[in-house]
Amino acid sequence: MTAFTALLLRDIRLSLRIGGGALMGALFFLIVVTLMPFAIGPDLNLLARIGPAILWLGALLASLLALDRLFAMDQDDGSLDLLMMGRMPLELAVLAKALAHWITTGLPLVIVAPVLGLMLNVELRAMGWVTLTLLAGTPALTFIGLVGAALSVALRRGGLLLPVLILPLTVPVLIFGVAAANAAIVGPAPFGPPFTILCALSLASLVLGPIAAAAALRHGLE
Amino acid sequence: MAVIDLANPTRFLALVNRVLPWLVAATALVFAIGLYRAAYAPDDYQQGATVKIMFLHVPAAWLGMMGWVIMSAAALGTLVWRHPLADVAGKAVAPIGAAFTLICLITGALWGRPTWGTYWVWDARLTSVLILFLLYLGVMALYWTAEEPGRGARAAAILTLVGAVNIPIIKFSVDWWNTLHQPASVLRLGGATIDASILVPLLIMAGAFTLLFITLHLAAMRNEILRRRVRSMRLMQAQTMAEARS
Repeated sequence: MTAFTALLLRDIRLSLRIGGGALMGALFFLIVVTLMPFAIGPDLNLLARIGPAILWLGALLASLLALDRLFAMDQDDGSLDLLMMGRMPLELAVLAKALAHWITTGLPLVIVAPVLGLMLNVELRAMGWVTLTLLAGTPALTFIGLVGAALSVALRRGGLLLPVLILPLTVPVLIFGVAAANAAIVGPAPFGPPFTILCALSLASLVLGPIAAAAALRHGLE
Repeated sequence: MAVIDLANPTRFLALVNRVLPWLVAATALVFAIGLYRAAYAPDDYQQGATVKIMFLHVPAAWLGMMGWVIMSAAALGTLVWRHPLADVAGKAVAPIGAAFTLICLITGALWGRPTWGTYWVWDARLTSVLILFLLYLGVMALYWTAEEPGRGARAAAILTLVGAVNIPIIKFSVDWWNTLHQPASVLRLGGATIDASILVPLLIMAGAFTLLFITLHLAAMRNEILRRRVRSMRLMQAQTMAEARS
């Protein structure tokens, strides 16, 4: 077993066991989506029209929720220092942690999204496509958030700072995610272009996020 | 004098103190000419006198964007060359860039009311400038949170570079999303589409805003250097007092 998979499995195991926050994000997502109709009104036609937007906004906020735990706990118990001194490049270690974070907090959002979409009166035949946009887009949210998590742990007090830094950078993901989801439901714009750009955003942030996060950790903790 | 000589803050301060009065005078002079020319520029046949808002709005927008470019250059200086003045430059430019962006937003809202009939529309250009403003606030918040200037500077430098990669993407995605603002009309292929009677005062005002920006930036860098000296002197004083007491 390589160091990469070992770290990946360790982080997944840690967040699934007691004290980990794996399902908190999905629970928060459920609550946010439940609150929306109270604010907007129970009109099913309106909810069907803005359903994808609610799902995307809920996923965005839910993915922020657990981000500050990404490095903070490792810093507290000193394992972050070990990772930085280890032979594995810090970029790869950070990537492994981010992947584990996405699997435990991003993936549950994608899995519960169809159920919530049902409650928001999103059409059944479009549900698969909307879920697909979340599957393609939530990694980008995690990898952009990774940079913010690294910056705030490097500064040692960044709990409130994190959303302020991260949310403006997630605008493109939100735009193309909702555009693709709307294209799948109402058309007439094709689904392909926004969806492929969304995939491109995820892939680009998969590369750039760990590099920036590793740089932030190195500069912050030296 | 080479750039490397300026790494010494004392030399930099001496240079700034020598240059700053001239810069202030030049800024005032070019502003006087620019405002005079702008005041006597012909009114637009459709928009009337409200077109004069442009003389503040457009230069502020240019400099709001230039602020991020300067901040990115300073970020590279901090991370790559560890130039001691680079983080001072980066920290000093963030509030100035934010202020110019805010001027752009406010004048834009005041201009939008008579011409578009509303203070704010969720149009691509407006939205991306608003996001630029929010990113500036994020960088400033990062500087505020840091206990120690050097650490905050490196974190802010990384955020600045991440923003520099992201800003074109944000711009592109917001353009895709919705657009109403007029397309670029001064800096474009095939020459400007603005008449010379308005273009010349606009360019003079842009020069005046640039001079103002440079003046404010140098003054802010000087203040930041002095502020850091005050901080280290206070720390030293506190230490000597603690030693004397023990």
